[in-house]
Amino acid sequence: MSDDQKQKFDFMGFRKIASVISITLVVASIVLLGVRGLNFGMDFTGGTSVELEYAQAPQLDEVRSTLTEAGYDQFVVQNFGADTIVLVRLNESGNDQLAPEIVSVLTKNGGDLKLIGSEFVGSQVGDELKENSGLALLIALAVVLIYVGMRFQFKFGIASVVPLGHDVIIVLGIFALFQWTFDLTVLAALLAIIGYSLNDTIVVADRIRENFRKMRVGESWDIINESIHQTIARTINTSGTTLVVLLALYFFGGEAINKFALALIIGVVVGTYSSIYVSANLLMVMGVSREDLMVPAKEGTGEGDEEEQPPEWLDRM
Amino acid sequence: MLNKYPLWKNLIILVAVVIGFIYALPNLFPDDYAVQITGARSSTEVNSAVLERAVKALESDGIEVKSSTLEDRDALIRLTSSDDQLRARPAVQAALGRDYLVALNMAPSTPAWLKSLGAGPMKLGLDLRGGVHFLLEVDMDTAVGQRLEAVSGQIKRELREERIRYRGGDVKGTRDIILSFRDEASRTEAFNLIKRQYNEFLLDEKTVGDEFQIVLTLSEAEVSAIRKYALEQNLTTIRNRVNELGVAEPLVQQQGADRIIVELPGVQDTAQAKRVLGATANLEFRMEARQDAPASETEQFSFRNERQRTARLERDTIATGNNVANAQQAFDENGQPQVSITMDSIGGDLMNRATRNAIGRRMAVLFIEFRTETETRMVDGEPVEVDKRVVEKGIISLATVQSALGSSFRITGLDSIPEASELALLLRAGALAAPMYFVQERTIGPSLGQKNIDAGMMSVALGFILVLLYMLVYYRGFGVVANIALTINLMLLIACMSILSATLTLPGIAGIVLTVGMAVDANVLIFERIKEELKSGVSPQLAINAGYSRAFVSIFDANITTLLVAIILFAMGSGPVKGFAVTLCIGILTSMFSGLMVSRSIVNMVYGGRRVEKLSIGGKLANV
Repeated sequence: MSDDQKQKFDFMGFRKIASVISITLVVASIVLLGVRGLNFGMDFTGGTSVELEYAQAPQLDEVRSTLTEAGYDQFVVQNFGADTIVLVRLNESGNDQLAPEIVSVLTKNGGDLKLIGSEFVGSQVGDELKENSGLALLIALAVVLIYVGMRFQFKFGIASVVPLGHDVIIVLGIFALFQWTFDLTVLAALLAIIGYSLNDTIVVADRIRENFRKMRVGESWDIINESIHQTIARTINTSGTTLVVLLALYFFGGEAINKFALALIIGVVVGTYSSIYVSANLLMVMGVSREDLMVPAKEGTGEGDEEEQPPEWLDRM
Repeated sequence: MLNKYPLWKNLIILVAVVIGFIYALPNLFPDDYAVQITGARSSTEVNSAVLERAVKALESDGIEVKSSTLEDRDALIRLTSSDDQLRARPAVQAALGRDYLVALNMAPSTPAWLKSLGAGPMKLGLDLRGGVHFLLEVDMDTAVGQRLEAVSGQIKRELREERIRYRGGDVKGTRDIILSFRDEASRTEAFNLIKRQYNEFLLDEKTVGDEFQIVLTLSEAEVSAIRKYALEQNLTTIRNRVNELGVAEPLVQQQGADRIIVELPGVQDTAQAKRVLGATANLEFRMEARQDAPASETEQFSFRNERQRTARLERDTIATGNNVANAQQAFDENGQPQVSITMDSIGGDLMNRATRNAIGRRMAVLFIEFRTETETRMVDGEPVEVDKRVVEKGIISLATVQSALGSSFRITGLDSIPEASELALLLRAGALAAPMYFVQERTIGPSLGQKNIDAGMMSVALGFILVLLYMLVYYRGFGVVANIALTINLMLLIACMSILSATLTLPGIAGIVLTVGMAVDANVLIFERIKEELKSGVSPQLAINAGYSRAFVSIFDANITTLLVAIILFAMGSGPVKGFAVTLCIGILTSMFSGLMVSRSIVNMVYGGRRVEKLSIGGKLANV
């Protein structure tokens, strides 16, 4: 790469600062999760929600006081998407007749409204979902560790799973900080973030592996720095196109997938950062070396291939 | 390096694109508003005369009929607007009477030539089309408990018949029955008797003080068999009831070991739906009346399947469907179809008492249905829909009693296997095997559904256009290639989902949007690699080739791992998450095809087979 005259940005030069930032963020997130906790949506806690459309925008305080007078406690009244649409959320999950009750209470009090959607989730269903979701996240991470460990090398496996955990924890931490509702769609977003961040990490790792095999001279430091340089344009462009569509989804996708888009936006930003500063950084720390990446000698050939060749069937494509 | 694709490769791409286009096409035709007519029970046929009557009724009401078609088991009348659709349903229902069910439906307006190729639009999920979603839980403890009670009664009766003195015999805990005896001899006798007849129990002998006990514990296998049976039974019953609701394309599905999902598209009135799902059908066993019986003690009923055939039955009921423990279609010694019925202990007693002096007479099984009918009444000059409970009784079997019956007996002399299995089904459908509770419920109004569709489409369109612009600005000529590949990718994704008749949900749309954003990744990787190769002084043709082949490994690894995560999401997720996972999975596969093969094919067509000085790939670095 001698024809490149520009002064190269020293990515790994910032690795200490980056480590401090990452560790701080992760610790802060864990503390937030412990102290404030997640604001779990109804999918997880159980409860009842009623979505009402008023003919004219109602005073939310009046709706609240009507409900209080009717003897309900522990409820949330908020606008949902538009000021004529009101969402009432109740924690109670034992009574599946709550939605029609709320409608009749509010109608009796002179509200000109109609029920446009309602949801009831039993608390047991919510608990099970929480368990299964945690399990799904863990299995996803384990499968990634195994696959990358097999395809690359164990150190790479660690270097790709740790950033995923890092991303997931930070996104969760931000959700805990702002007390945004964590529902089923956000969970789906978390798993999509795992997929996306992994995609990024693999591309960088792949280049590091290739360069370790190709470049005979140079320290790990230089090789990793060079690899990040070679992939940075791609990283920025792919994150750019993904962010562009996510912003479209965030602003126009409607209330129902708003938090989904938000979680993904944060995830893509954090994921892009972590593929450089967490994954590559970890490879440095673990001291990945040329020997780790030598293709084992195959029987008959005596010497292993220096560079991983694209599979033969690709040439036919 | 000439970068020419052989003809066959281009042909494969062309074929894939053409097929994708054809199967994605039906999604562009908007659905028609329609009403669907089906027979209220399986024996009722919907024929052209029925359809004609319905169409005439609509025409006389001034509702414009777009077209009407007769299909296998149902008829479909297409209308022009949603207002017409709402007016049409009561009109058709009134014209046809209650032998037919009339449901609102959205009918795909796929042209005939596309339909003949098996193409059709994607199905819309409940969150997009509106409707009700229920999750019901079967109370398994009660199912097992009821079974234990029944068996315990049976055992006690047999002990009495054998003159073995016992005490207790109550159900203890969730799986045990405890019997006490005064001496060891009677316990041994009882032990042998129970062991011979009830192999679903694990037996244990215990001595507490001066009491000799037998502890019967229901075996693990039997418990799971009871659970399985209860779930299947409830599924069958729920299916029958959902059919009664007259909803087009309902979904009744098992979830996990003890839950049932019911989805009713288009239904808004949860109260009515819950009433029908929770309602009970029942059975009554009654003797046929003697010739000389006074009219005040008899009742006339018609047969369920042949309305004109009637029989006169006694008013007294022997037993009801609640006493039926199981009913199965089987074969008798001569290989003729029969139905084996097992009653619980009370039912067995009742049956025995009623039949031991009635050998040679005939016993009838009466099927009782409670159904809800909507009737349009005029209140203050305005039509108002009123729900009305209707009880309908019909004979499903009338058979001669051959001998005194007990807790298990059979009905023979049936004409065919279908007849026997239908009878068994009706006997079982009498009551739910176990109580059920609603544990989750979601209502999505049609306006909310439409809003979700609009929002989803808007974000897909906008996201798509923004990505196209981004790629065009950054990669110029190659950006155009990536954009064509992306467009084909979106088309293939929609085609695949249509072919698999995957259900499109709001998270599914989000999955499509995300795929659009991530699909260009393959091309970005390739183009960056080509740029790099150019930078290191390689000729354009070689750079293209190296770019595609070198980037492949990264693309492959990255996509496989994402695919693995998507599969986990699909396997573990429920409802909305599944919809997202399906689109993500398909999207990864189609984006690999379009990102690698389609884009390569276009690049080859543009640059392949000639000397190229310069590639239009954006940025200064391309101008070597």
